[in-house]
Amino acid sequence: MYRYDEFDHKFVAERVSQFRDQVQRRLNGELTEDEFKPLRLMNGLYLQLHAYMLRVAIPYGTLSSRQMRKLAHIARVYDKGYGHFTTRQNIQFNWPKLVDTPDILQELAEVEMHALQTSGNCIRNVTADQYAGVAHDEIDDPRIYAEIIRQWSTLHPEFSFLPRKFKIAVTGAETDRAAVKVHDIGITILINEAGDPGFRIDVGGGLGRTPIVGKTVRDFLPKQDLLTYLEAILRVYNMLGRRDNIYKARIKILVQSEGIERFRELVEMEFALLHGGSLDLPKSEIARIRAYFSPRAYEKLPDQLEEGMEASRADSEFDAWLATNTVPHKVSGYAIVNISLKPVGGIPGDASAEEMEAVADLADRYSYGEIRVTHEQNLTLPDVRQKDLYDLWLSLNISGLATANIGHAGDIIACPGLDYCALANTRSIPVAQNISRRFADMRRQLEIGPLSINISGCINACGHHHIGNIGILGVEKNGEEFYQITLGGRADDNAAIGRIVGPGFAFEEVTDAVETVVNTYLSRRSHENESFVEAYERLGEEPFKEALYAAR
Amino acid sequence: MTSKVVTANRLTDGLVVYLGYAGWTEDIHLARRASDDASREELLALAGKAVSDNEVADAWLIDIEAERAVRRRERIRAAGPTVRPDLGHQATRSA
Repeated sequence: MYRYDEFDHKFVAERVSQFRDQVQRRLNGELTEDEFKPLRLMNGLYLQLHAYMLRVAIPYGTLSSRQMRKLAHIARVYDKGYGHFTTRQNIQFNWPKLVDTPDILQELAEVEMHALQTSGNCIRNVTADQYAGVAHDEIDDPRIYAEIIRQWSTLHPEFSFLPRKFKIAVTGAETDRAAVKVHDIGITILINEAGDPGFRIDVGGGLGRTPIVGKTVRDFLPKQDLLTYLEAILRVYNMLGRRDNIYKARIKILVQSEGIERFRELVEMEFALLHGGSLDLPKSEIARIRAYFSPRAYEKLPDQLEEGMEASRADSEFDAWLATNTVPHKVSGYAIVNISLKPVGGIPGDASAEEMEAVADLADRYSYGEIRVTHEQNLTLPDVRQKDLYDLWLSLNISGLATANIGHAGDIIACPGLDYCALANTRSIPVAQNISRRFADMRRQLEIGPLSINISGCINACGHHHIGNIGILGVEKNGEEFYQITLGGRADDNAAIGRIVGPGFAFEEVTDAVETVVNTYLSRRSHENESFVEAYERLGEEPFKEALYAAR
Repeated sequence: MTSKVVTANRLTDGLVVYLGYAGWTEDIHLARRASDDASREELLALAGKAVSDNEVADAWLIDIEAERAVRRRERIRAAGPTVRPDLGHQATRSA
């Protein structure tokens, strides 16, 4: 993992003491709320429905066990014993006191963590493939470039007051697990036809009230030009992005209004001016950062998964978990393990202090002390020996963390919604809980196959409903909660925005509606390996519409 | 009949509070009610003073009917998350 150097330590420590002073001035009355608000937001501190909320950055979703224990400690000492992992690989604490936040940030700094770039109109915390560095289909490790971007973007003086927030995601694998096509900038590591490593740069993707799949602005960018090119894009956006209308301020609107060709011309002109300057990324710098992410000293082990694990024959529950929650590792004899934070009827993404500590202990015992946070609101142990999988599963089971539903109907992504969020119009968590209970039977989930259900409690779309195979968007009508259903969204290489299937459903009806959609799929799929989204693409929306609305 | 009360988030801890007859209270049932323009203005003046005295971060009027907030958002603020009855003001009293 990346470790802070002297500069990083000093910078974060100075930031904490600066914020301590700002909080004190607010409490003394020297700062009004209007003056203080931008300052607290720059340190990840929001004011939500019930209390303040602190959003802590987990750069590219990578955590050490020591950091996870610190998060558990903060949850227990300063909050109400839990935290919420978000769809941007961060964690939120829902009940911190303003007076305690400087101490919380101080504690975070002790383990090289902070809450920078988790709010405001700046370049936000960079996200990446949760399987970075261990994926079997990886070309290069996205964490290296995410870390380089983090260092470039943190407090970038030119880009601290952009027209609007700015989100960057990086993937280095053939399969896109970072949803790069729905980010302001999506970066895909690739090798070109000449055999040179570089990036494809997509721009202008996003969700929210105007969901758009990003467009490719550069098919191939040499590695040394990464920061220069990003700077060029940000400059064009900073100059031309709209500041008169918050709903039209994201880069996606600019790309749409200029057209991708014109936008590309503008970026390339800026790039030509900057090229060969101080942002040039020398190979030595990439190598220096790469050293922090150098591969583990893996043991030479035979691959057991292909032959079937010995223990698995005795335990069908373990077998099911193995099938849904583990992923092939690039090294023979190892596996990537996903820990679902979606128990039946649970709150998606929530983890108690005890659960965080249990995961930290298991990471130490089985995965070199490293943990990943996924944008699906789950956790990952990236480096587990296959021969340890059964013991790991037993331990997860004891902690209630062995739910075997990754990528299936129970693995629902949901924003906090009106239960916590000041922006939300409707609740989303109880909708997720009801659907989760309806599909509690894991045999049924396996029969349904891969399915993503995403729920947002307002049009800001933090639950990424647009890219759920089944998306649910809460809207308030005359004081009542209604839920619009979209179908056919996907976040993978063939990213697509789901289409609204018809009029919304009341809170009490939405679980039935989801079940109707699923049953329609089951009865219409061409064979059992045709996934929901494939069947939807083949069938179109008509059969689903018919099933949902014919009887109404 | 609809009446109004003032709600806010307390500055020091952000918790939901209501303007009562003797300062701020966490219990919406103990909030001071206003049912005419004059008493509404009076409430707003008190709320504005509390904001400028830095007791609360912000303050606004909400509608109350039949002993509870009219809007769902305010009912959830008064009680706590509907999915965690052990948290928020509902944990210590019935909201």
